[in-house]
Amino acid sequence: MSEISLQIDGKEVAVSAGTTILEAARSLGIEIPTVCDHAQLSPYGACRICTVEADANGRTNLVASCQYPVEKDMVVRTKTEQVDKIRKVLLEQMLSHAPDSEQLVALGQIYGADRDRFEKEASFCILCGLCVRYCAEVKKKDAISFFDRGAKREIAFLPEIAMQECWDCKECFPLCPTSALQAAYVLTEALMTPTEPAAPSCGGGCSSSEGCG
Amino acid sequence: MDIGKIDQIIDKYDGEASSLIQILLDIQSENHWLPKEALTRVGEKLNVPMSRIQHITTFYKHFSLSPKGKHEVHVCVGTACHVRGAERILDTVHEVTGVGAGETDPDLNFSVETVSCLGCCALGPVIVVDGEIHGNVEQAETAAVLTELKQAETTEVMQKCACE
Amino acid sequence: MSRIKSPAELEAFRKEILAQRDPDKPCITLCSGSACNATGSGKVAAALELEIEKQGVTTEVVSRRTGCHGFCEQGPIVVIYPQGICYLKVQPEDIAEIISETIKKQKIVERLLYVDPNSGERATLEEDIPFYKYQKRLVLGSNRKIDPRSLEDYLAVEGYQAIAKVLFEMTPEQVVGEVKDAKLRGRGGAGFPSGLKWDFARNAPGDQKYVVVNCDEGDPGAYMDRSVMEGNPFAVLEGLMIGAYAIGANEGYIYVRQEYPLAVANLTVAIEKAEEYGLLGKNILGSGFDFTIKVHRGAGAFICGEETSLLNSLEGKAGEPNARPPFPAIRGLWSKPTNINNVETWANIPMIINKGAAFFSAIGTESSKGTKIFSLVGKVNNTGLVEVPMGASLRDIIFKIGGGVPGDKKFKAVQTGGPSGGCLPEDLLDTKVDFDELSQAGAMMGSGGMIVMDEDTCLVDIARYFLAFLSDESCGKCTPCREGIRQMLKILTNMTKGLAKEGDIDLLFELAEATKGSSMCALGKTAPNPVLSTLNHFREEYEAHINEKRCPSLSCKELIAFHIEPEKCKGCGACFRKCPAEAIEGGKKRIHVVVQEKCTKCGGCHEACPAAFDAVKILSGVPVPEATPEEARAIG
Ligand SMILES: Cc1cc2nc3c(=O)[nH]c(=O)nc-3n(C[C@H](O)[C@H](O)[C@H](O)COP(=O)(O)O)c2cc1C
Ligand code: SF4
Ligand code: SF4
Ligand code: SF4
Ligand code: FES
Ligand code: FES
Ligand code: FES
Repeated sequence: MSEISLQIDGKEVAVSAGTTILEAARSLGIEIPTVCDHAQLSPYGACRICTVEADANGRTNLVASCQYPVEKDMVVRTKTEQVDKIRKVLLEQMLSHAPDSEQLVALGQIYGADRDRFEKEASFCILCGLCVRYCAEVKKKDAISFFDRGAKREIAFLPEIAMQECWDCKECFPLCPTSALQAAYVLTEALMTPTEPAAPSCGGGCSSSEGCG
Repeated sequence: MDIGKIDQIIDKYDGEASSLIQILLDIQSENHWLPKEALTRVGEKLNVPMSRIQHITTFYKHFSLSPKGKHEVHVCVGTACHVRGAERILDTVHEVTGVGAGETDPDLNFSVETVSCLGCCALGPVIVVDGEIHGNVEQAETAAVLTELKQAETTEVMQKCACE
Repeated sequence: MSRIKSPAELEAFRKEILAQRDPDKPCITLCSGSACNATGSGKVAAALELEIEKQGVTTEVVSRRTGCHGFCEQGPIVVIYPQGICYLKVQPEDIAEIISETIKKQKIVERLLYVDPNSGERATLEEDIPFYKYQKRLVLGSNRKIDPRSLEDYLAVEGYQAIAKVLFEMTPEQVVGEVKDAKLRGRGGAGFPSGLKWDFARNAPGDQKYVVVNCDEGDPGAYMDRSVMEGNPFAVLEGLMIGAYAIGANEGYIYVRQEYPLAVANLTVAIEKAEEYGLLGKNILGSGFDFTIKVHRGAGAFICGEETSLLNSLEGKAGEPNARPPFPAIRGLWSKPTNINNVETWANIPMIINKGAAFFSAIGTESSKGTKIFSLVGKVNNTGLVEVPMGASLRDIIFKIGGGVPGDKKFKAVQTGGPSGGCLPEDLLDTKVDFDELSQAGAMMGSGGMIVMDEDTCLVDIARYFLAFLSDESCGKCTPCREGIRQMLKILTNMTKGLAKEGDIDLLFELAEATKGSSMCALGKTAPNPVLSTLNHFREEYEAHINEKRCPSLSCKELIAFHIEPEKCKGCGACFRKCPAEAIEGGKKRIHVVVQEKCTKCGGCHEACPAAFDAVKILSGVPVPEATPEEARAIG
């Protein structure tokens, strides 16, 4: 594999092609904050807390260091005023979901994030996807899934699979930076006692089980 | 929905997992919604985990996981229709049918959905009632079209329920 | 007809088709695009068939159902060739007269002609209608001449000439070179040079490569791609084939949103026809080049227009973007090199090959060549698709072609570039349509949406509208996009409800910076644009909403009140009859009064009150005056 040399925070480093900026920085002992990154999982790029500034091919861009592969002669700055400001806002946004997450509170202190900046959101989940990805990539059970999209995106267990697999595993639980996963599991357990949905009826009073659709 | 019919649709796409969305679209258009059994069947035959099917069916807006009303009303809320008063049309639809956006009434008469552009922007505001596009709709016109359908439904229901 | 096996056979077939067609014979074309179908084209077509038979002109006239002509608002549209007589809003009962008068006696049916809303003048010929007169319809032009499902029709307008030339007279390098020389830039939004992109995919290592047509057209309020795909699918197929040859691909995919059923249907028929004639499949025209195409319907997700999401969707997954790099040209569909272009980009290719790069690059500005189709909609007199040379000014498009703003309303802003774009005010109307100039002005070319807004449109509400759209349509994967849009939307919603706080504008800027700076894909990176451009050009509207709880456009429901001015009310009762909420107290010869608690702010009374009285006022930012006491309401 060819070596690629670049500069991070003023320090020169040479790494093999395909290495991410985050990995290259770590090899230099430079800390970049991460939330959704995990050694056993493929890069995902959801939390964006690892955003850094990089000059390459004559342009300066903000990129997610956990995903972005190093480029020749790249110049990376992991701490700039703009980067810190962005991290602060991202943390405030995540804290609006999980104000008591130890990891987020600790990071928040570094970047001066105010956990009450935004109104508290209903869901604790910050959608880092660690649980979903761990279950799919490492355990290959696919017991948790994303649902919906946009502002309505959420995670949930698939009750049929969770019932068989999760009780003896629960390996994803400690990965969750918030208390959302635990809550979702409790909810799933509660749902395991199914009730038959009533057949739709026209409300017209006839008791046909077919309904009048 | 009949399993045979589902298998037929799956076979049309040679059972390829990459055709998952196409297969679900065909089932949706055949059956107007995606019952759990259909999803399970598709998952088994294509060898796709249920988690992916759940994600897809909730990610793409065209899919419905609950039964749809007999009449499907789509109100365009694309930009062109928005600046020409789509919001008010949506209100009118709600008033007449009693069904809000994204909802179906318990009697399964009406389902109301919003869509973002049907490509008929020059005719905005646009609504689609049971597949038929109506352009340049005024509030009154919308009300008239739907009231007619609604009345037809009530008479039908009354006739049906006289079955006892 | 059997397979066409060589360029010579293709030319012979084309000659045969042309020989059977008499260019002087009257040809009645009827638009049967989606919009005209909605206004009754189907019934008109039935009447046409019947009437041709009935009046015994079967041999004297040809009729043809075409794709979208662009002027959808005036549909169903009938154009009679060779003259080009254009009839608008044609109904089934008009057909008998069109045939007995225009076809038999060469007389014009005056009432079906276009009437200029400003001057009152009529226009007989299509080319005399201002809407068409200032256009340059290089891509859309064929739409009105051909039946989109007829391969013969496409051949009659030089169809498949370009692919024959490419396969037999040009090397793939030359084809890429021609597209580069033409300086064609992608029509899907970002304006990336197409030739360069083709080169990346061409040079990427790998035997298996793919070409893809992006017909997701998610920009709500734009329908250029729908019309091209619906009205001239063969041109897209031919363009795609040329690209495939240049890049070294043998499989193509067309991604069409399912909201365009007619486009899917016409495209499917076109593919079947092309296969039947050997213009798709193995050994095309005997050249040894194989090419097949599959159609994939989108299932309702704006984000699937983004290229990496689109590819994930093609693979049967949720449409979430991937990080770039790697770019699709290196690692695309099934991890193979893939070239994606927009429908309009592909549709330009056959023309570039036929007419040459020099012809194409002679049109337009220094940095943007050729023509661009815009979907001119909203508060403008002539709405529809307009194709103009790059470099045309926004003013010309909106006022010359579009005929300006309807009624006596004032123009306020034009929004280009869809949800990623921006709003430009009056003093930037001389901006030219050019990728770079529009970006500099703070808007964007985008895919071609152009929405005109008048004084009644509230720009805070427009910003809110776009963010609400994006909040629904974001894939939701990354924090700055999902959460940033959520927070910005909350603030904007509060503004339109009079609940905004001081400092909210600063907060908007801060959120916008984070979302722009750190989102994963271009949806998030551009999501703040509608907010930033309106803040930039219309900041005073924001301030009025925040500081005075006033909506200057009198549009935000929560900030307005309807009030009948007692001195002006004549007691006619027009408002009373119109009010759906029973919110008006009236009575014969009595001053009418709006009961504020009951009013749903539908605006019905405002429209109903005769202009001569003009008694219903919309108030904002001021208290509603006390209602006239019951006993003082008698008039006269
Ligand atoms: C959120 C989003 C939506 C997009 N939607 C479309 C679309 O509907 N049609 C399209 O052609 N390109 C769309 N694009 C641009 C595509 O990603 C891609 O750049 C384009 O298809 C490339 O084709 P071109 O080079 O011919 O323009 C979209 C991009 C983003 C970020
Ligand atoms: S439940 Fe926890 S681990 Fe899973 S996505 Fe949410 S925050 Fe991340
Ligand atoms: S920017 Fe938005 S649409 Fe793009 S990946 Fe992030 S969440 Fe998804
Ligand atoms: S705005 Fe509508 S609801 Fe209010 S008084 Fe006027 S007509 Fe009635
Ligand atoms: S750690 Fe890089 S995006 Fe989350
Ligand atoms: S915006 Fe409604 S049809 Fe396009
Ligand atoms: S659909 Fe007929 S003119 Fe557009």
